Amino acid sequence: MESLIKDLSEAYGPSGEETLVRTLLEDLIKEHVDRTFTDNLGNLFALREGPAPLLMVSAHMDEIGVIVTHIDEKGFIRLAPVGGLLPHLLVGQRLRFKDGTVGTVYHEKLKEIKELDWSKLYLDIGAESAAAARKRVEVGDLACLHQPFAVLGERYLGKAMDDRAGCAILLEVARRLPPELPRSVCFVFSVQEEVGLRGAITAAYRLNPGYGLAVDVTRVGDTPEAPLMDIALGKGPAIKVKDSSMISHPRVRGFMIDTAVAAGIPYQLEVLERGGTDAGAIHVSREGVPSGTLSIPCRYVHTPSEMVDAGDVRHAAALLEKLCATPWP
Amino acid sequence: MDEKALQEVLMELSRTAGVSGQEGDAVAVASRCLQPFVTKVERDRFGNLIAFKQGEETSDPPFSLVLAAHIDEIGAMVTKVDESGFLRFTGIGGIDPRVLLGQAVEVHGRNRLKGVIGALAPHLLTEKERQKELKMEELYIDIGFDEAQATEQVRVGDFVSLAQAPLAMQAGGCISGKSLDNRAGVAALIVCAAELAGVRHRCNVYFTATLQEEVGLRGAITAAYGLVPDLAIAVDVTHGEWPGLSYPEVFELGKGPAIGLGPNFHPALTRSLEDSARENRFPYQVEPVPGVSGTDAWVFQVSREGIPTALLSVPLRYMHTPVELLNLDDLLNAGRLLAVFARRLDRPFVEGLKCI
Amino acid sequence: MYLEELSNLPGVSGDEGKVRRAIIELLNGQPVRVGSDSMGNVLVRKEGRGGSTRAMLAAHMDEVGLMVISIEKNGLLKFKAVGGIDSRVLVAKTVRVGPDGIPGVIGGKAVHLQKEAEWKKPYEVEQLFIDIGAKNKEEAEKYVKIGAYVSFDTGFAALGDGCCLGKAFDDRAGCAAILELLMEKDGPGFDAAFTVQEEVGARGARVAAYTLKPERALALEGTAAADTPGTAKEKSSTMLGCGPAVSIMDRSLIVNREILQQIIKAGENAGVPFQFRRFTGGGTDAGAIALSREGVKAGVVAVPCRYIHSPLSILKESDYKQTVNLVRAWLESLA
Repeated sequence: MESLIKDLSEAYGPSGEETLVRTLLEDLIKEHVDRTFTDNLGNLFALREGPAPLLMVSAHMDEIGVIVTHIDEKGFIRLAPVGGLLPHLLVGQRLRFKDGTVGTVYHEKLKEIKELDWSKLYLDIGAESAAAARKRVEVGDLACLHQPFAVLGERYLGKAMDDRAGCAILLEVARRLPPELPRSVCFVFSVQEEVGLRGAITAAYRLNPGYGLAVDVTRVGDTPEAPLMDIALGKGPAIKVKDSSMISHPRVRGFMIDTAVAAGIPYQLEVLERGGTDAGAIHVSREGVPSGTLSIPCRYVHTPSEMVDAGDVRHAAALLEKLCATPWP
Repeated sequence: MDEKALQEVLMELSRTAGVSGQEGDAVAVASRCLQPFVTKVERDRFGNLIAFKQGEETSDPPFSLVLAAHIDEIGAMVTKVDESGFLRFTGIGGIDPRVLLGQAVEVHGRNRLKGVIGALAPHLLTEKERQKELKMEELYIDIGFDEAQATEQVRVGDFVSLAQAPLAMQAGGCISGKSLDNRAGVAALIVCAAELAGVRHRCNVYFTATLQEEVGLRGAITAAYGLVPDLAIAVDVTHGEWPGLSYPEVFELGKGPAIGLGPNFHPALTRSLEDSARENRFPYQVEPVPGVSGTDAWVFQVSREGIPTALLSVPLRYMHTPVELLNLDDLLNAGRLLAVFARRLDRPFVEGLKCI
Repeated sequence: MYLEELSNLPGVSGDEGKVRRAIIELLNGQPVRVGSDSMGNVLVRKEGRGGSTRAMLAAHMDEVGLMVISIEKNGLLKFKAVGGIDSRVLVAKTVRVGPDGIPGVIGGKAVHLQKEAEWKKPYEVEQLFIDIGAKNKEEAEKYVKIGAYVSFDTGFAALGDGCCLGKAFDDRAGCAAILELLMEKDGPGFDAAFTVQEEVGARGARVAAYTLKPERALALEGTAAADTPGTAKEKSSTMLGCGPAVSIMDRSLIVNREILQQIIKAGENAGVPFQFRRFTGGGTDAGAIALSREGVKAGVVAVPCRYIHSPLSILKESDYKQTVNLVRAWLESLA
């Protein structure tokens, strides 16, 4: 899965402009499912037909990024965040646009670093004038972080592990699923999760599934002086109990735990104090959808270098495969 | 239903645990109380309790009224079992860490365990420590076990409820206890159902106990979508009078439930609720709500193509603490008002709400 | 222009009846289908070229305002804001109270009676009362009920070089623009929603979109312009006289890429000047519409207005006219 994760991590897809990563995903998954389709917001659906009720498995393909709000006479570009991105992480960081245009971010003069906010940041794409800049970039264009993927022993480091790691797991499972399924499964690569679970809202409405699962990253408490959280890298995927968007359905959560135990897959239980996943949108869709979340422990979430453990990813894929291929109680 | 019977129902509801996400026990009590008065009781896909009472309207399709009260309560959830067997936790719903010090709790682990949220003796604290802001992450639950025993019994994600037996006050016809927000609303539904038993009413009535209100009105979102009623009334609590605060921040206890006014509520429906109260000499107050009501009414109103919605609130002091306190008459009057309102509903009125 | 008539009407969120009735009245006799729903949205269908594209235009009828929350013994009215209002603008303004439009003024303690520390701070809502001249609570209760809506009492007027002054341009400007498009003979077809309760959370638009099931939608707005002294261009969001403001993103919506390109192309082809809104905060009906049912491709086009969410705002008539032109060009491009 290493090269898959590398390709997905390095792909371009900030919230609201997911077409490139969607095309990549669609090419990779279409031969493993019965059909693929998209909707008005740009969600990608990959359906394996089977008996009802449908299981919706969602991983979001969008990543945090920035949007261009203004280009000045000298060709410097002003930015606003798209998703939960902190301005100080961008100083000295390269950004990339859909057409490959790259630039670097710096700030106006500051008395103290505390004064740094979005209005003080600008992007320099090496253009000497507004006209030159506008040949490559226009107001409203979106950029993502520009950061190469790296393998550090048993760990993967890269941008957008949130949630391309989840996308990779869905792809891997789609490849491995047997020809006959106990129920239909729709893999959803959702858009605009980072700005409020928006793609999952309309995707869940369309599918009207019987069950929902999100596969996404979660925070950890295993780094120096970290906030209290009983999740560590390398101890297996996490089965979510609660975050700010959802309290997992007890039956779904129980089934996930039982399945992991029966298959000998290590797992952790997760209570995330702040944050949400697509399952938060799915579980209140229409008349309600019993839902859960399979989480991949991830360090440094929403920075240019998010870190996940290869074993956690493998185990997450193994557990998701079982969840898709086994009849639910 | 008389005050005595209501007191018993409310105290049983209050005593029962039902933290958002784990409302099963409270739902079972409410279900048992509603059962005798309704046509059928079921739970929807989300788990909301829906007690259906058939009306006499023969035209097709019939019209329906939802009376919704959330049954969940604030509480906590275990986030870590630490090396000494103490439990670290996070709040569920808007819970104030200051009221948790020295509080008895119940931990819903493999078994139900008694626990306390410890407060160090003041002798061991400096003046400075006593003055500083209390944070949830500094608190812990002591279940009297060491790490090995604690891990055997408790896991990350186990629910924690406040342990507080309800108290019938000697004075003023009041009850105090945990989770009266919003078991009071559920009790009002039960009063209404009892009042409607054996009497004629045209509309179908869905007595709905919604889940997970305290974490974001979640049960009501799915209940409203599933039931598609012609109109809905949310029943919840509001703040009771307190020194230094005045109307309409707070409401007098014993002067009746409060009817909400504002953008969240259909004006004709609100007027009709007021008329029902006046004509039947039920005391009531009015509660202006200029924006977000923060109740199930907020999501009912904008479900599907829009549902005419109103809000009835029972005044209560010490909201989101284990000693919430309310007046039983207010509750009785709320339930009876809902019943007379349900009885006066007819099709022309309901049709009139659709186009304002 | 419908803007003057609509701007002068009171229509605080939850109390849009007068605006709703005026719009329905104006549409009377036009070849359009008009309906409304339980929240008070007005839904209109205009048949015409491009009518099959299921495009929806939305503008909200409601405006920010106040609500009476209690009556003091001395007859003064205590109030709270409905929607987002900067409390500094409230003191010493005239208002209209309740369905009959009882005149009132917003008063605060006279500066002479304040200590130095007090007059150095802006008035807070709790320190202000609406005075209708009643001598006591009993007399006030004859005129005003608790829960009564209160709107600013600003008359529409022309000023300067082709500018207009008035209240509630956010979003009567959008309402007026949609009305013009509905009235045009042979114009493109579309569904229109005049929505309620945008200012308290885009609540009307949500149910309107659920009912109309559009494929694509534009919200027409009055948006903030900050082209005022001391504001750098990149922080001005929009500027008067530079044409309609096309949104790229706000708190509620990332404008659909296809819609954004369509608007830009339509504007360029029709020779309509426009500007981008250089601010990514705030929210509009388009955010709620985009998430309706299976999802809707949505965007926002707005008339730049200075001083929105206050008792008076200023817009430039040419911006308004070009907004109508830009939206028409977009609708025609879909046909």
